[in-house]
Amino acid sequence: MNTTAWRYWLKALLLVSLVALGPCALGQDNAAEQDTSATLEEDAGRELLQALAEANFREKEAAIDAIAASGDTRARGWLESFAEGKLAQVKDSGDIVVILANRGRQWPVADALTMEEAGEVSRRELDRVAINNRLRGHLDSTLALLDLRVDDPAQRLIAAKALLGDVDTEVVESLSELAQNESDPEVAAALTQAIAIHRLEQGDSAAVADLAGSLNGQVRAALMQASRSEDAMVADAASAALADIEQSLKLNRAAETLYFGLSLGSVLVLAAIGLAITFGVMGVINMAHGELIMLGAYTTWAMQQLLPGQPGLALLLAIPAGFLVAALVGVAIERGVIQFLKGRPLETLLATFGVSLILQQLVRTLISPLNRTVVTPEWMSGSLIINDALSLTLNRLYVLGFAVLVFAALMLVMRRTRLGLEVRAVTQNRAMARSMGIRATRVDILTFALGSGVAGLAGVALSQLTNVGPNLGQNYIIDSFMVVVFGGVGNLWGTLVAGLSLGVINQVLEPWAGAVLAKILVLVFIILFIQKRPRGLFPQKGRAAEG
Amino acid sequence: MMTSRHWLARPFSERSTLTFLAVLCGAMALVVLANLLPADHPLHVSTYTVTLLGKYLCYALLAVAVDLVWGYLGILSLGHGAFFALGGYAMGMYLMRQIGDRGVYGDPLLPDFMVFLDWDSLPWYWLGFDMPGVAFAMVLLAPGLLALVFGFLAFRSRVTGVYLSIITQALTFALMLAFFRNEMGFGGNNGLTDFKELLGFDLSADSTRLGLFIASGVALALGFLLCRAIVVSKLGRVCVAVRDAESRTRFLGYRVERYQLFVFVVSAMLAGVAGALYVPQVGIINPSEFSPLFSIEIVVWVALGGRATLYGAVIGALAVNYAKSVFTGIMPEAWLFALGALFVLVTVLLPQGIAGLLSRRRQHDDAPNNMAVKQEATP
Repeated sequence: MNTTAWRYWLKALLLVSLVALGPCALGQDNAAEQDTSATLEEDAGRELLQALAEANFREKEAAIDAIAASGDTRARGWLESFAEGKLAQVKDSGDIVVILANRGRQWPVADALTMEEAGEVSRRELDRVAINNRLRGHLDSTLALLDLRVDDPAQRLIAAKALLGDVDTEVVESLSELAQNESDPEVAAALTQAIAIHRLEQGDSAAVADLAGSLNGQVRAALMQASRSEDAMVADAASAALADIEQSLKLNRAAETLYFGLSLGSVLVLAAIGLAITFGVMGVINMAHGELIMLGAYTTWAMQQLLPGQPGLALLLAIPAGFLVAALVGVAIERGVIQFLKGRPLETLLATFGVSLILQQLVRTLISPLNRTVVTPEWMSGSLIINDALSLTLNRLYVLGFAVLVFAALMLVMRRTRLGLEVRAVTQNRAMARSMGIRATRVDILTFALGSGVAGLAGVALSQLTNVGPNLGQNYIIDSFMVVVFGGVGNLWGTLVAGLSLGVINQVLEPWAGAVLAKILVLVFIILFIQKRPRGLFPQKGRAAEG
Repeated sequence: MMTSRHWLARPFSERSTLTFLAVLCGAMALVVLANLLPADHPLHVSTYTVTLLGKYLCYALLAVAVDLVWGYLGILSLGHGAFFALGGYAMGMYLMRQIGDRGVYGDPLLPDFMVFLDWDSLPWYWLGFDMPGVAFAMVLLAPGLLALVFGFLAFRSRVTGVYLSIITQALTFALMLAFFRNEMGFGGNNGLTDFKELLGFDLSADSTRLGLFIASGVALALGFLLCRAIVVSKLGRVCVAVRDAESRTRFLGYRVERYQLFVFVVSAMLAGVAGALYVPQVGIINPSEFSPLFSIEIVVWVALGGRATLYGAVIGALAVNYAKSVFTGIMPEAWLFALGALFVLVTVLLPQGIAGLLSRRRQHDDAPNNMAVKQEATP
């Protein structure tokens, strides 16, 4: 004890001198204060740990409980290290350390009290704190109970859920107590379920009532077990509850398919909606549309390179930037190629395909043929958990919302602005529109810029869902054309309905047919559909249809 | 020009056709002779080059097939790569069965990839492919049937123009995805390869390669004659009328979709033959032949050579593929730039292709050529 105290003072002296040399006097005081408070804790913690290390197996349970009851913030870490067999005592000093890695002869360790790295110690110098299976069981439930006492309800919920199907008799009582005192209803429900599973295992058929309607996998497993029970009452009650759960699971699965379908559909709509403007409204076929999407995605990547450490801000800025970049390139394509091919759609197809090859190769040469990583900002990652069986990934949700916004904005532009009016006039009767004083060429340029810019927006959104690489656009061009043709050329609503329904159809077919076959089936379906209704779901009527 | 002779013989009375045949036969004879020279002779052409030229000739036949539908019928098919690949797969399946027990796994019946996939019997659609007659019939039937069904549905619903192009592209894309699947039984990603012999001739032998080159040339000549015969017949005249004014032709009482369907199927079969001759020369067929890029590349060969001339398609195919071989050898990075630029320049600056340049200089009075100029005047 004497030697260790001496050592400790030395350490403290070192620390104080280090801090005194530091530039900030304010931080100095703080550090010193923290240091003294830690000293007090450390002495208590030290005793607890040493008691644990030196106890025999029987006494260890009490030592564990003592640590758990101490309320020390580090108790959890200690017990976890202990459970993993990483806690050891240095033979000569009696210090308790945590083994960080056990390769070779010299093992790096950290001081269990401060968690500071304490260099390497020969493994012969270490005495591992022994553990056996009975202790592990006890440790698990102790740890779970420990977690249930923390202040953060989210952490308590995780702990409570971990207990489902994992409750044994010794903790039931403390659990019931905790459940009754629990303020958070979700945590209380999870605890009740955890206890109910235990009761069900003991043959209590009334416990089924507590479990009914839960979508948790553990609950289902417990009910399934119970439904095979020899006790007829338990088995019946469990089977009935199980049937209800299956029903609601089916609903949830359908909702999930629908969500993924709508998500895929929103991507299709985003990719196709720009095309619906250039191809559908203007009648210009732009095979480089996919590459405009790709440029939007690369703009997002470039923005994130320019603003390192702020992926969210970069993403938001990429929305206008992606629009601009794609719109400018679109205008260049229109002025450079398409204007010379007016009224020759097949040639336009070929020429713009050439442009798409050039753009792809340009990206490959200038940036890289490999995929670039676009970071998903924190507020877009993770998922929205509806219940145990259904969670919606946030980035897809954002893209879905974004698609709806873009669509609404585009609708507004086409229906409510001067530009929209002029576009419709020029596409319906170019000569007449010109005689009314509309500058048709300017309208052409602006419309093409709009359609291309929307492709750029699609790229920004897609960068959050797929790999950003030179082939990004290629993967979407055929799908986009299919969506526009399926929805009916010249009809924005048609594009929306077609995109969303194709997405859902694809997702419904997928579990049954597999991803590739589902895609093939959808393509074949559209090919057949076009034979039946050559002008799509919502054909244009009247004179515009004779374009 | 219109004589009372049999319609298949009529092309022989055309000066341009005879010129084309003479040039083709002359060039082929030169290549064959040069190949037969001893290897150290300065004019010797290696067998590698002969095979490369044979490959180009297959592409030329494919381009002729595309020109038949695009130049004379106004259908821009982006699906001819699929017909080409189907013909190639039919041939590949025959060659696969010819391997017999010489494969890596030595299975007398199953091709290697099936053994690898643990299949215990041959799928039904592989039956009969060990007989050359059946296989060669399938070279024509597989693309022909697909074109028949697809064309019947499309032309009956009057799907034309850009829509048809996009749908043919989707068809090709769907087929590519399908052939990539191992479960389809066509070797998946790797396709069919490792061929040994064709009709008993060793595929690695120089003489077989020379023979395949000659066969490709003959096929090109025959395909060209057939297309020419169709073009100058009354049927061909109706096709041009459909191309230039579809509705008007329909109102005159012609069943437009029947003409379209017939020519489309013939064209698909020609593409299939080109594919079948292509496969033994390159030694592999895999789903990349279905890629939309390949199909659209064929179209640009035709566009470069000049539409609605047939010989222009041949020139275009040879020129672009020669350029491709050169470019990908020297600087592979630049090839896609060059190809992309070619697409743009040809369509914007050279709408009638090389053949257009030639005929402008010579004031050619060949009827279909002049009509090509007015092709865009659709109602």
